[in-house]
Amino acid sequence: MKNWIIVGATSAIAESVCRLWATRGYKLFLVARNEGKLQQIAQDLKVRGAAQVDTFSMDANAFELHGQCFETAQKSMGKVDGIFIAHGTLPDQKACETSFNVARAEIETNALSVISLCTIAANHFEQQRQGDIAVISSVAGDRGRQSNYVYGAAKGMVSVFLQGLRNRLAKSGVHVLTIKPGFVDTPMTASIDKGGPLWASADQVAAGIVKSVDKKCNVVYLPWFWWIIMNIIRHIPEFIFKKMKL
Amino acid sequence: MTKPYVSWGRYPYKEQRGMDLQWRTDVLPQEPNVLPQGNARSYGDSCMNQGGLVASTRFLRRFMQFDPATGLLQCESGVQLADIINLVEPQGWFLAATPGTKFATVGGCIANDVHGKNHHLEGTFGRHVTRFELVRTDGTRMICSPTENTGYFNATIGGLGLTGLIVWAELQLKRVPNSAINLETIKYKDLATFFELSAESEHTHEYTAAWIDCLASQEKLGRGHFLRGNHAKVTQPRVAAGKLKLSMPIDPPLSLVNSLSLRAFNTLYYNRQMQERSYATVHYDPFFYPLDFVQDWNRMYGPKGFLQYQCVVPNETSYDATREMLQRIAAANSGSFLVVLKVFGDVPSPGLLSFPRPGATLALDFPYQGNKTLHLFDQLDDVVVQAGGAIYPAKDAHMKADHFKLFYPNLETFTQYKDPGISSSFWRRVMEANA
Repeated sequence: MKNWIIVGATSAIAESVCRLWATRGYKLFLVARNEGKLQQIAQDLKVRGAAQVDTFSMDANAFELHGQCFETAQKSMGKVDGIFIAHGTLPDQKACETSFNVARAEIETNALSVISLCTIAANHFEQQRQGDIAVISSVAGDRGRQSNYVYGAAKGMVSVFLQGLRNRLAKSGVHVLTIKPGFVDTPMTASIDKGGPLWASADQVAAGIVKSVDKKCNVVYLPWFWWIIMNIIRHIPEFIFKKMKL
Repeated sequence: MTKPYVSWGRYPYKEQRGMDLQWRTDVLPQEPNVLPQGNARSYGDSCMNQGGLVASTRFLRRFMQFDPATGLLQCESGVQLADIINLVEPQGWFLAATPGTKFATVGGCIANDVHGKNHHLEGTFGRHVTRFELVRTDGTRMICSPTENTGYFNATIGGLGLTGLIVWAELQLKRVPNSAINLETIKYKDLATFFELSAESEHTHEYTAAWIDCLASQEKLGRGHFLRGNHAKVTQPRVAAGKLKLSMPIDPPLSLVNSLSLRAFNTLYYNRQMQERSYATVHYDPFFYPLDFVQDWNRMYGPKGFLQYQCVVPNETSYDATREMLQRIAAANSGSFLVVLKVFGDVPSPGLLSFPRPGATLALDFPYQGNKTLHLFDQLDDVVVQAGGAIYPAKDAHMKADHFKLFYPNLETFTQYKDPGISSSFWRRVMEANA
């Protein structure tokens, strides 16, 4: 049995991961903005077999609450074995281009809040000499593209931060997993026309996350074929890439 | 991934918009033409809304309560039958009635009042629904049960999603000693034998259905394999699930189901069992959900899609009518790999528009081949109408408006409970003569 904190627990991927963990009888500490939604999820996870489910309502951008959130989780579960960070927004790229304030808000949500939470968890796990940090980054962070480079920059920051963190924590036995999903059919991507071989369901991605946590993977592309796609995209020479419409 | 919101038969392929409901507190979008939708496993256009919006419950997939002592389960309407089985089967419970796919949602099962191989004993899915919450497009919320808002309860069961959105439902599950099935497969030679076997098994077997070789004709007409089974005993060992999972990752440019592949498959399948009777204890998956192990199998029919024909004909006329239909299908050299014939029982359903009724029900798929298919369907319709039978809206993409009114005499009562803000491609097709 393990005890996990899930930040962004009302996101479709996180909820799907929680369902899999609940069937294993884990203790889960759910964090998200909306308490009413958290309650609906908590009820479901209890029916599915979670040993204990607690909720904590917090906006990820309320940085000052991050420490309290972690402490509360520790008190209610006794011990924290892992933190899974899954919150995020899909910014309107055009709005980010016209307003720096919009871009900054998106970077705060998608990158800085993640770094703040990881810092608290890392220090705690380092002392504990055990723990898992699993974070949803994105394939969008592998290369900046005109269609969503603000989101890409935020996710890129997260990916690089996690690389360094993994390097630092390796000797303490703390494990850091960077998750890079491709197109996932969730309410976050509601505005995009879906269907086709590149789209995966939240359940498929969640199954991949649970497996990667179990296997102590470092970086995982979900589904796996995104590793090939992103390798190709990363290796296109910049003088060609800049003229492409991606 | 196949495109969300498109019906399972992918014919007719309608242009519509889709949105997802995610929380029990969500209201239906304020639009003039909305249709609640589950996992879009209905074959035809009853889950489609051309030119309008479908409000999908695929993310409304949470359990609310399960009492392992009583088998009472409360869950959101987008929960799929597979989710329920995974939860309750290890605790000794099973669905009291289940259709042939476990990827249907609870809401969809209620809206189509689905049935299964045990209809002759347990009746339809709707009989095991104890209550649900209905949200109307005007924002009204009500709890419906056999004793509360009974009119809405009866209209919503089999109501094709037209009475409002089912947000959550409570179901009574069935305790089973063992989820595996002691299955007897009888290779039988003609249609008359099918009806004899059905009658003989009615009181001895919980589950009955037959697979039919739809291309066999003359004295072999109606030949097939009669499947009958009961749950295994508690002392029997549990059967492991098969590991094999296939999928249809691409759309073939042409239907893989054609007269050549069909004849080869049906002849081989009929003769795969050498002896007349075989006995086996099988896992519930291949028994109840034989097609679910091929993900996206509907793609097999190619880009034009396919239609399913499912009808019921009353007992008095069932032999002659079924015979007539099978003759016409064999003459057209059409049909599918999985053709099912079953005799329904007389357990009544609360649903006003419920399809199952006493008689024999025949179900099979046809690749869409334009007028050839539609012409055959017209012929089959004539047989059903003359026999005093009915066609199943959940599978339908062709039923004529006057036939629908004939098949569903409670229609007028039903329309009092229909939500004026909800419509579907099916509803407009059968209710608006010139739609």
